[in-house]
Amino acid sequence: MKILVPVKRVVDYNVKVRVKSDGSGVELANVKMSMNPFDEIAVEEALRLKEAGKATEVVVVSIGPAQASETLRTALAMGADRGILVKVDGVVEPLAVAKILKAVVGEEAPGLVILGKQAIDDDCNQTGQMLAALLGWPQGTFASKVVVEDGGFAVTREIDGGLQTVTLKGPAIVTTDLRLNEPRYASLPNIMKAKKKPIDEKTPDAYGVDVAPRLTVVKTAEPAGRKAGVKVGSVAELVGKLKDEAGVI
Amino acid sequence: MATLLIAEHDNSALNGVTAKALTAAAALGAPVHILVAGQGATAVADAAAKLAGVEKVLLADDALYAHRLAEPLAALVVSLAPGYDAIVGPSTAMVKNVLPRVAALLDVMQISDIIKVDAPDTFERPIYAGNAIQTVKSSDAKKVVTVRTASFAATGEGGSAPVEAVAAAADPAVSVFVEEAIAASDRPELTAAKIIVSGGRAVGSREKFAELIEPLADALGAAVGASRAAVDAGYAPNDWQVGQTGKVVAPELYIALGISGAIQHLAGMKDSKVIVAVNKDEEAPIFQVADYGLVGDINTVIPELKAEIAKVKG
Repeated sequence: MKILVPVKRVVDYNVKVRVKSDGSGVELANVKMSMNPFDEIAVEEALRLKEAGKATEVVVVSIGPAQASETLRTALAMGADRGILVKVDGVVEPLAVAKILKAVVGEEAPGLVILGKQAIDDDCNQTGQMLAALLGWPQGTFASKVVVEDGGFAVTREIDGGLQTVTLKGPAIVTTDLRLNEPRYASLPNIMKAKKKPIDEKTPDAYGVDVAPRLTVVKTAEPAGRKAGVKVGSVAELVGKLKDEAGVI
Repeated sequence: MATLLIAEHDNSALNGVTAKALTAAAALGAPVHILVAGQGATAVADAAAKLAGVEKVLLADDALYAHRLAEPLAALVVSLAPGYDAIVGPSTAMVKNVLPRVAALLDVMQISDIIKVDAPDTFERPIYAGNAIQTVKSSDAKKVVTVRTASFAATGEGGSAPVEAVAAAADPAVSVFVEEAIAASDRPELTAAKIIVSGGRAVGSREKFAELIEPLADALGAAVGASRAAVDAGYAPNDWQVGQTGKVVAPELYIALGISGAIQHLAGMKDSKVIVAVNKDEEAPIFQVADYGLVGDINTVIPELKAEIAKVKG
């Protein structure tokens, strides 16, 4: 079984983004970029399945600017076998990403696609579900456990109130939640080796996908600020204030 | 045309987030129909029919929807979609699973997690863990929208909408429910609670979480929350996680104990009305959003807090 893992290049999770003063977006110049953390978990899960003998090849794909090849190299250094870069400049919405991925799935014919549940830049949480819809495949979203079974997968999902387990007929889509695994760090020798691994370059046109956005960004603004309040000296003072000043207990 | 709102429920009771999402759905300006998809969910449909301003409740009662799996439920919603201009749902795990599937089947770009309706085609939503608010205008003929319920007040009761049965859609038959492990609890739900007591990594262990955080929550009639660090360390179950990738809450009172205040956590609770933070590090970022901060060791502060609260609640 081949596993396909889409990875996204996003602003590093440690960076506190700033809104541009003209409201046209957030400041992305000279900001540290990294692989979306949920996608790292997806790569790790695919590698573990391969190491356990459940998969034969791990292919990573990224849709984005030329620099997204760095993100692919990170995945290759973790252990993925080869990469596909679908080069697009500018914003590609989840629906268009799902359409491109559908075409990639058509060429690669994986038995499983593992995606991060959401990207930490647009916080959409859509792409995996959309890809499943377009392919007519089942989806195991927000996964905390994936077991390969005969003809399919058992996926344990993080839901409101606890956990849910479903079985999916293969081929299937899985999206990762935080507790699925802890991604490995790439070792130096593997980083060197990754430089020789192949990355295929494609364009959305080659797949016949229109990436024109459906949403127009009217403006981007700072959230309403919240000011620091007061420091209290004792528990008694705190409870007094909660009762008499704030009236919340 | 009308707006279709997907109800969140457990087959026996309507979840309160539905009434909050209804407020957002109604702001689109069209009549709202609520879809209750479940098994043996008549009581849920009756509760939905009582919400003010609802024109009609659609009840799809079938074993296929007992656990609201994405594949059959999306097929049902798509079968109903021709009658609607907009399809809306609260941002719960169920809706987040199902609605993007619906959107793709309708060739629509979903608008996730809206916090404000500016116009029937224009919405505000947080990006980058709430560090920026984006206003987006959709050019799709149909809108598919999920609602961050912490940002909307609940619509009250007072309606008496008719309940209409709708037929199940064809089962895609690619997924099977196996089991659910839902923790039984007498505590209020995180997204509905008026008070939340939340613990972080500084709590130190699963045992101490149970010994310190949970009794304080019970003394206040509060829900229990946790930071990602506490959940990752195994101190608290995953569904207690508050933050960018967990639950987003906005209670009357949020008490953060031993939580440093990473931006990802703040994203999930900074709209709370009153925030209290207790942390022994006076530089902890949580104090920048707290209305009342107390620098101290939670091991000594929490028992004192419990005793003091017992006094005032007398």
